[in-house]
Amino acid sequence: MSKPTRITNSIRALRFVHGEMTQAQLAERVGVTRQTIIAIEQGRYSPSLEMAFQIARVFRVPLDEVFQYPDGEGELR
Amino acid sequence: MSYEEKGTWVYLVAVAGAYAVYLAIILGRLQGTPVAEVQYAWVLLWTTVGSVVASTAGRTLVETVRPSDSHRRDVRDKEIYRFGEYASRWFVVGGAAAGFFMALAKVDYFWIANVIYLGFVLWAIGGSVVKLVAYRRGL
Repeated sequence: MSKPTRITNSIRALRFVHGEMTQAQLAERVGVTRQTIIAIEQGRYSPSLEMAFQIARVFRVPLDEVFQYPDGEGELR
Repeated sequence: MSYEEKGTWVYLVAVAGAYAVYLAIILGRLQGTPVAEVQYAWVLLWTTVGSVVASTAGRTLVETVRPSDSHRRDVRDKEIYRFGEYASRWFVVGGAAAGFFMALAKVDYFWIANVIYLGFVLWAIGGSVVKLVAYRRGL
């Protein structure tokens, strides 16, 4: 099954280094359900830009430390 | 499974079940009876009301047995809801259009009511299936 998005993320690793924050705790901080955090982590859901910034703010890191996009894809030709 | 996803499952089962009951009753009445004389209106209305009641009661029951973390509908739930409604709207349009042209052709009320009802049922079932696939596989 192909994932609906090419965006990858480091949320799981960031949760681990931030005191092993649970998905439920992150969901509460961002204002979504735990299932939405699970879907984002698994690449089944691309969050809005606003939610992406909220997640990055929770971890106090820049946006591109949380979300990554593969080089060479989606570039203008 | 989120509160909204569980609710979608319950709604799907309630609507499909109610329509199955309706079909079973009406097909039984159609045996040896001309279509114009088949009593269908109350069965149609009661099964519709029954699906709403079953959906509400079922959701309460599911939440009692397997409570959700939260009953809040978040941004992903809203996007999936809109996606499902958008994808399944053609069933309602198709049912309404079919009913319209059947009325112009002076087809029996039985068939007009039933094709519109079928449009609503397919809209509800199709929309629920699309939403459940979106919950499992992503948008």
